[in-house]
Amino acid sequence: MGNESVVQVTGLVKRYGSKTAVDGLDLRVRTGTVTAVLGPNGAGKTTTIETCEGYRRPDAGTVRVLGLDPVREAGALRPRIGVMLQSGGVYSGARANEMLRHMAKLHAHPLDVGALIERLGLESCGRTTYRRLSGGQQQRLALAMAVVGRPELVFLDEPTAGLDPQARRATWDLVRDLRADGVSVILTTHHMDEAEQLADEVAIIDAGKVIAEGTPEALCRGGAENTLRFSGRPGLDVGSLLKALPPDSAAAELTPGAYRVSGTVDPQLLATVTSWCAQHGVMPEKIAVERHTLEDVFLELTGKELRG
Amino acid sequence: MSAAGTYTPKPGAAPLSRMIAAQAALETKMLLRNGEQLLLTVVIPTLLLVLFSAVDIVDTGKGEAVDFLAPGILALAVMSTAFTGQAIATGFERRYGVLKRLGASPLPRWALMAAKTLSVLVTEVLQIVLLTVIAFALGWSPHGNPFAVLLLLVLGTAAFSGLGLLMAGTLKAEATLAAANLVFLLLLVGGGVIVPLDKFPDAAQSVLGLLPISALSDGLRDVLQHGAGMPWGDLGILAVWAVVGLGAAGKFFRWE
Repeated sequence: MGNESVVQVTGLVKRYGSKTAVDGLDLRVRTGTVTAVLGPNGAGKTTTIETCEGYRRPDAGTVRVLGLDPVREAGALRPRIGVMLQSGGVYSGARANEMLRHMAKLHAHPLDVGALIERLGLESCGRTTYRRLSGGQQQRLALAMAVVGRPELVFLDEPTAGLDPQARRATWDLVRDLRADGVSVILTTHHMDEAEQLADEVAIIDAGKVIAEGTPEALCRGGAENTLRFSGRPGLDVGSLLKALPPDSAAAELTPGAYRVSGTVDPQLLATVTSWCAQHGVMPEKIAVERHTLEDVFLELTGKELRG
Repeated sequence: MSAAGTYTPKPGAAPLSRMIAAQAALETKMLLRNGEQLLLTVVIPTLLLVLFSAVDIVDTGKGEAVDFLAPGILALAVMSTAFTGQAIATGFERRYGVLKRLGASPLPRWALMAAKTLSVLVTEVLQIVLLTVIAFALGWSPHGNPFAVLLLLVLGTAAFSGLGLLMAGTLKAEATLAAANLVFLLLLVGGGVIVPLDKFPDAAQSVLGLLPISALSDGLRDVLQHGAGMPWGDLGILAVWAVVGLGAAGKFFRWE
């Protein structure tokens, strides 16, 4: 993984009428990495990606993809990127292999179409036209179309939406192979496990801005603290427990008899809590360590209420 | 799983000529596979030619009916492909994100439009060959300057393409479908294709005569039936429609 960027977005603003879809967004994607862009519906994920693809002209800010301006230098950029739209993009009367062969013909050094069709399990589509393919088959065809031209950088907008678990794993495997061969990948997703599984870097977007970014591990460590819970008799002296804990910790009695300790939960902290309990004659029942998932971090940052 | 290095980047656009040829071939294949499009471009013109030549439904004036009808049906064939068929197909390609997706491919937009034009021309050649063979079988005896016929067909194609693309690039796909079929039907009746324009009241005639379909069918008839040289008036009307239609399509066409 190099330190150069394949995508450099600075202060991007994009408005549709009076609605601001992207509001001063900064994003940098390093060469050779898989970067996941997460965010609630309407956060500005697709607008950001489509601006990088050259579909939208920024109202303010700069976007550079492979060092090029995606609008002004579209002709130079397009052969070098692969694009998977959120939906559609295929003639309703075209067969899967026909469309993929066509995309291959638009490139100078395409992948072997037959092998790619087999790889993504599309050989069973046979003579079926696009409009009669299942949603999952349509998704996999769109993915194949994004990679067939041997691009340096691939944009995947919700590549596994609506896929069954097998097809999802096939997609993940392909993304891993792309990275292993040096292709940079940017994907948007609603699935936190997908980001945890695939991404080297995660950017969480909300209301048109990046509100957190980093490796999935760093986000889980940093964004939300891990917690340790236990039950005991009500009314324990939480202040005394807190004194025994490291300085960055917190302790609280949530409901009578239910205690929560948060902070850097490691074996040392667990030992401190249990020995404090022993000193105070408390039997800590239902003791449990909870590590935060990316989903917890995401919900903590973007709120739990449903978005319209 | 794939061997390591399968996906190692090696980007690049294919040569332009190869991209345009591939795109035109695919577009033509999509059109020939579509039943509704074939009905419009092949079945209806063929049926009208055979039916109206064989049965005396409309008074087509002096001479053999087929000599009047064949030029009109050729004009109809051009309209069905360049206008109606192209408008409907392009409208749905826009709706289903095909134009958008191709817009991110190495194929430049102008090359996509060039491929569409090529596909229209290939389809028209197939139509004209078929309809000419049928017309000859019905006793057609055309006259005139082949160059004038070619010029009329090319300008007619340009005029109808501009109008078809303008519709496809500005209206919703369903509206394009409905409007393109309605316009097809109205121009079929009121554009001198099978019903001579002189059957209409004088006032209507002067307006109907300015329609692109009337100019094309009238110009083709002047040459093929009456052996005229260059029908400059009709060529002029088609040229104006072509400039206005293609200009407006270029300005207002929306890709998404």
